[in-house]
Amino acid sequence: MHDAVFTEGSTPATAAGGANLLLQLAGELATGRIRVVDLTQTLAPEFPQISLPPEMGQCWPFRIEEVSRYDERGPGWYWNNFSCGEHTGTHFDAPIHWVSGRDLPRNATDTIPPEDLIGLACVIDCSAEAAADADFLLTRAFIESWESVHGRIPPRAWVLMRTDWSKRTDPVAYQNYDETGQHTPGPDAEAVRFLVEERQVIGFGSESIGTDAGQAQYQRPPFPCHYYMHGAGRYGLQCLANLDQLPPTGAMLICPPLKIRDGSGSPLRVLALVPSGVSPTAGCSAG
Amino acid sequence: MTRELVRPRRKNPVLRTRLPTLPPGGRSRVALGLTAAAALGRFELQRCRDCQAVQYPPVEACSRCLSVRLRWESQSGEGLLLARTELAHSNDLFFRERLPWQLGMVRLDCGPTVVVHLHGDCAEAPTRVRVDARLDRSGQAVLFAFPATETPNMADDPQLREFTCDPRFRKVLVTDGRTPLGQAIAESLVKAGADLVWVGQAEPWKQFPGLDALRAMPQVSIVPLDLTDSASVRELAAEIGGRVDIVVNNAEVHRTHGISDRQGIETARLEMDVNYFGLLRLAQSFGPALRARAADGPLGAVAWVNLLSIYALSNFPPHGTFSASKAAALSLSQCLRAEMRPAGVRVVNLFPGPIDDEWNQTVLPPKVSPAVLARALTAALKSGVEDVFPGDVAQEWLERWRDNPKALERELAG
Repeated sequence: MHDAVFTEGSTPATAAGGANLLLQLAGELATGRIRVVDLTQTLAPEFPQISLPPEMGQCWPFRIEEVSRYDERGPGWYWNNFSCGEHTGTHFDAPIHWVSGRDLPRNATDTIPPEDLIGLACVIDCSAEAAADADFLLTRAFIESWESVHGRIPPRAWVLMRTDWSKRTDPVAYQNYDETGQHTPGPDAEAVRFLVEERQVIGFGSESIGTDAGQAQYQRPPFPCHYYMHGAGRYGLQCLANLDQLPPTGAMLICPPLKIRDGSGSPLRVLALVPSGVSPTAGCSAG
Repeated sequence: MTRELVRPRRKNPVLRTRLPTLPPGGRSRVALGLTAAAALGRFELQRCRDCQAVQYPPVEACSRCLSVRLRWESQSGEGLLLARTELAHSNDLFFRERLPWQLGMVRLDCGPTVVVHLHGDCAEAPTRVRVDARLDRSGQAVLFAFPATETPNMADDPQLREFTCDPRFRKVLVTDGRTPLGQAIAESLVKAGADLVWVGQAEPWKQFPGLDALRAMPQVSIVPLDLTDSASVRELAAEIGGRVDIVVNNAEVHRTHGISDRQGIETARLEMDVNYFGLLRLAQSFGPALRARAADGPLGAVAWVNLLSIYALSNFPPHGTFSASKAAALSLSQCLRAEMRPAGVRVVNLFPGPIDDEWNQTVLPPKVSPAVLARALTAALKSGVEDVFPGDVAQEWLERWRDNPKALERELAG
């Protein structure tokens, strides 16, 4: 698996070379042979938040209030207070977020094994399909056809669904509501079960406001990605950006949430390490 | 006869925007009784419970029999104009800028003879007139005499306009257009002749019925505004703050919970965030611009309207957290009123009973309809009152509250 991280011509890791490996990584980062791609939306008040029916409890949108800015409130310094929900902006879903994962061990943001927070990413490009159909559902067949080109999804990889939804900078288009609710792409139930049970993925990431499709309450079970992923102790990432800058395979994801005690998730900065020579279109096999 | 108000010419931008001046605002505590009634649109004078004499000006004892058993009582204001005069000179800054000024002396049918500000359509003395108590730009009650019968364009009398906040030709911000009430308010203001109505829309991705119809009105402009987001309020104030003549803050969150039937504080916090902090954000951003433009020609900034609730006066436990947020807003509106007063900008509070809307679905009628509430708002601006209790429920609760607040508290507790 590690081979996928390095470009051709890099010195392969030796068995005793953990330290060397990191030195080499630092070198590759310094020379730009490994690029760092930011997959995070900027936290700003106008970025839309998930909306539930109004009688239900609501997740806070991001809000920010100035404490002082070199003024009478604090002459030499500038700082803000901000507020948001655990599921605001680009954010991480822990297994405890969903009722199916509530009794699992190490299921909250403070107890998740830290080694789970760095992993390889497989990027499935559904951008054309999502452009044609906002309610596009990623199926098992679609994933298998992707694997026939890019190789089998390795265990403990993140699967990221690229839809280019993050390019919808108008909040109305991003949320894409009509009278029947939200219309955004996501996986169907069978695809999620396939990823969890037959590919042992560590999590699923999306560009829209949920890992599930906008109309996922009508699927069986409702919200299958939340239900199966979190029920199996896997994670979710949503509101990702810049997935079009990632290769189909070979990028490494760094996505640690804030260490909130018993937290169900958290806004976070998601970074991808991308080896040069692996273009978004070319890809390489991770299998 | 009063000439119909014509749209004033655009202001000459090389001339300085003048600073607001105020008529004399000092009053004795007793005289504030006149103001308290006028704030509600009522004309009340003191009547002696011993000798039955009605007196003016208000003082501590009966000017005929020296009894201190005085009671404020509503008056019809009908009387005879004995004399009129035109004030041609004044050292008072407010009147100096508005000369000539019509004054009269009226013998009220109820007894006292009073000095009044005189509507231009009143005939030569002696003639029948109707006297009313109106709030001036200092927020104090003064007596104003109208012709006994309606005349054309009566509201356009230049002297009367110094006491009112007529939306005609003015530019208004309505903070939330997503509700039937917000839409009814915008419509009512357009009907009242407002030149331009900016209507705020938070969370634009949520589709609410009626917004398209609003958008289709040429006077209406939908603008992004979310009172929970300080940056959004500041942004809009930066864009249009210097143009707004009237702010109507109708944005509210209303949930139907007391303390025990909802876990946690998140719902209550959202109510506070919009109903209380929203007003604070709005006032910090739009207040200074309104104050600065209070004397900006014949159509300067004049008013600020808050949608409160009758529950602001006394808690309605089934809607307990909502009531508390409206009580907080009422308190803040008093602060706003004090801060706007030096500019003469009127702060109008609406105290409706249950509105016939989604969140009062299970409340039994009578409920005040959005259209009726919107008309009450426009009427309040035209008459210049401060506190409006539209609808039967609000009127009844107001009287109960004035009579015995403790009794009302117990009654509302069920």
